Amino acid sequence: MGIMLVFVLVLASFLGFELISKVPSQLHTPLMSGSNAISGITVVGAIISLTGTFVVGNEVARIILGTLAVFFATINVVGGYMVTDRMLSMFSSSKKEAKK
Amino acid sequence: MINSNIINLLYIVSAILFIYGLKMLGNAGKARKGNLVSAIGMFIAIIAALTSNNVLQWQWIAVGIIAGAIVGAVASRKVAMTAMPEMVALFNGFGGAASLLVGWSEYQRYVSQGIVESATNMSLLIIIITILIGGVTFTGSIIAWAKLAGKIPSKPIQYTGQQIVNFAILLLLLSGSLFFAILRDVEFIGAYPLLISIIVLSCILGVSFVVPIGGGDMPVVIALLNSFSGMAACAAGFVITNNVLIVAGALVGSSGIILTTIMCKAMNRKLTNVLFSGFGSGTTSKKATGVQGEANPISVADAYLMLEAANNILIVPGYGMAVAQAQHAVQELASQLEENGAEVNFAIHPVAGRMPGHMNVLLAEANVPYEQLKEMDDVNPTIEMVDIVIVIGANDVVNPAARTDENSPIYGMPIINVDKAKTVIVMKRSLNPGFAGVDNPLFFNENTRMLFGDAKKTTQGLVSEFKN
Repeated sequence: MGIMLVFVLVLASFLGFELISKVPSQLHTPLMSGSNAISGITVVGAIISLTGTFVVGNEVARIILGTLAVFFATINVVGGYMVTDRMLSMFSSSKKEAKK
Repeated sequence: MINSNIINLLYIVSAILFIYGLKMLGNAGKARKGNLVSAIGMFIAIIAALTSNNVLQWQWIAVGIIAGAIVGAVASRKVAMTAMPEMVALFNGFGGAASLLVGWSEYQRYVSQGIVESATNMSLLIIIITILIGGVTFTGSIIAWAKLAGKIPSKPIQYTGQQIVNFAILLLLLSGSLFFAILRDVEFIGAYPLLISIIVLSCILGVSFVVPIGGGDMPVVIALLNSFSGMAACAAGFVITNNVLIVAGALVGSSGIILTTIMCKAMNRKLTNVLFSGFGSGTTSKKATGVQGEANPISVADAYLMLEAANNILIVPGYGMAVAQAQHAVQELASQLEENGAEVNFAIHPVAGRMPGHMNVLLAEANVPYEQLKEMDDVNPTIEMVDIVIVIGANDVVNPAARTDENSPIYGMPIINVDKAKTVIVMKRSLNPGFAGVDNPLFFNENTRMLFGDAKKTTQGLVSEFKN
C-alpha cells in the first residue's frame, strides 16, 4: 500500500510540473490562488478524522482538533475558489469589452 | 456505508477534475471554467469523504464546514482586488493549519485508542512530517500576510546569528522527530510533550523563516508557501492513506515550485538568495553608488501639456498604483489619451506588484483591454520610440541601476528600460526609495519629470484636464 502511494505521489508531481510550465505570466495570480484552493483538499482528511466511532466525553481533544481542521480547510477551499472566480470574472469581462 | 470501490471511484473523478481544472487555469480563455471544474472536483471529494463511513461526527463536521464557508465567502467577497496577495497568503496559511491539525488529530486517535505502541515508525514519521510542513506553512503565511497588509514592517527583520538560530531550530526539530518516530525513545520528556514541542517549534520556524525576507520578495515567498501547503496536504494524505489528497497535494506542491522558479528568474535571482540574503534591508544599498543630481518636479498642468502632444505613450504600473487604488483612474486616463489620438500601451513587469500578474488583475478589473497589456520583453526592444512613459507607483522594476550599478542589490534583475524612452513622467508620493529600499537614479535623469502626489488624485487631475 505504502509504495503505491509513493508511486501516485511521484506521478502527480511530474504532472504538476508539466501542467504549469507553459502558463502566461498574466495568469500567475489566478493560478496561484486557484491552486491554493486545491490545497484545501486537506478538508477531506479533516472530515475523515471525524469519522469512525467516538466515545464522546473521552475524545474531546479529537473532536476539537477535527472541527478546527474542518473549519480552517473549508475557509481555504471556499475562500480560495471564490476569490479566484472573482479575479477571473474580471478578465473575461475585459475581453468582452475589447471585442466590442 | 457506500461501497468503498464507489468512494475510490469518486476520488479518482475528483482527481481528474483537479488536473483538468489546473490545465484550464493556464489558458486565458478557459481559466474561469477551469476554476469551476476544479471546484466541482473538490465538491465530489467532500461528498465522497462524507459518505465514506456511516459513523461520523456529523454535527461537528457541519459546524466546521458552515463556519468555514461563511468566513471564506465573506472574506473573498469583501477583499479589495489590491489586497489579493495577502488574502491568498492568509487562505494558504489556513490550509497549512488544517494539515497540521489533521496530523495531530491522527496521533490523538492513536493515543485514545491505545495503539501508539503498535503504530509503525513510518506512520509516526508521516504524522510528524505533516505537522512540520503544516506548521511552517501556517505561521510563515501569517507573517507573509502581516507584512503585505502592513501589520508588521515589511522590511527584513534581521539580527546577528539569525541563520544559526534558524539552523538550530531545524536541528532541534529533526532530532525531536528522530526520537519521536524512529528511536521511539521519549522517556526524557514524554511522548505528548515532545509532540507539542515539535508543533510549537514548527510554528516558530515558520516565523523565523519569513521575517528576514523583505516585502518586495513576498511574491516568491507566497508561491513557495503555496507549494508547501500542497506538500502538507500531500503528507496528510499519507497519514490517512488517501489518494486524492496525495494527487491534489502533489499537483499544488509541484506547480508551486514551478511558479517560484519562474518568479526567481524574472528577478534574476536564485531562490537561496531570496530566502537568505535579507534583500532590501537597506544596508547594502547605502554602500552602492550614491545617487546624485536633482529631480525635476512638474505640475499636473505641465504633465497635461506634455501628454497632449505625445503620440506614443507607455504606462508602467507598479504596487503604488494598487496602494492608491488608482487602476480605474488610470484606465480613464488611458482612454482619454487614446481619444486624443495617441497610442497607449501598458508595460507589465513580471514581478510588478506583490504577486506575479497582480497588475494584470487590477487593470482587468478596471476594464483595460487585454491586448493593451504588454509584457516586458515585448516593449523593451522598441522603447526608444516611445514619446512618454508614465510610471505609476513602480520603482524597482524600472530602476536603471539594475543594468548599470554593479553594487546595487538589484543588479542583474531584468527591468523595463524606461530611461531609454524620450521622456519619463514618474508619479510618486515622494523621493523615498521603494519597497526594496534601493535608490533609483531614474528619478534624477535629465529626461525624467517627477509628478509628486497621490497617484489616484494626480491621475484624476490629468483626466479632468483632458476633459476641459
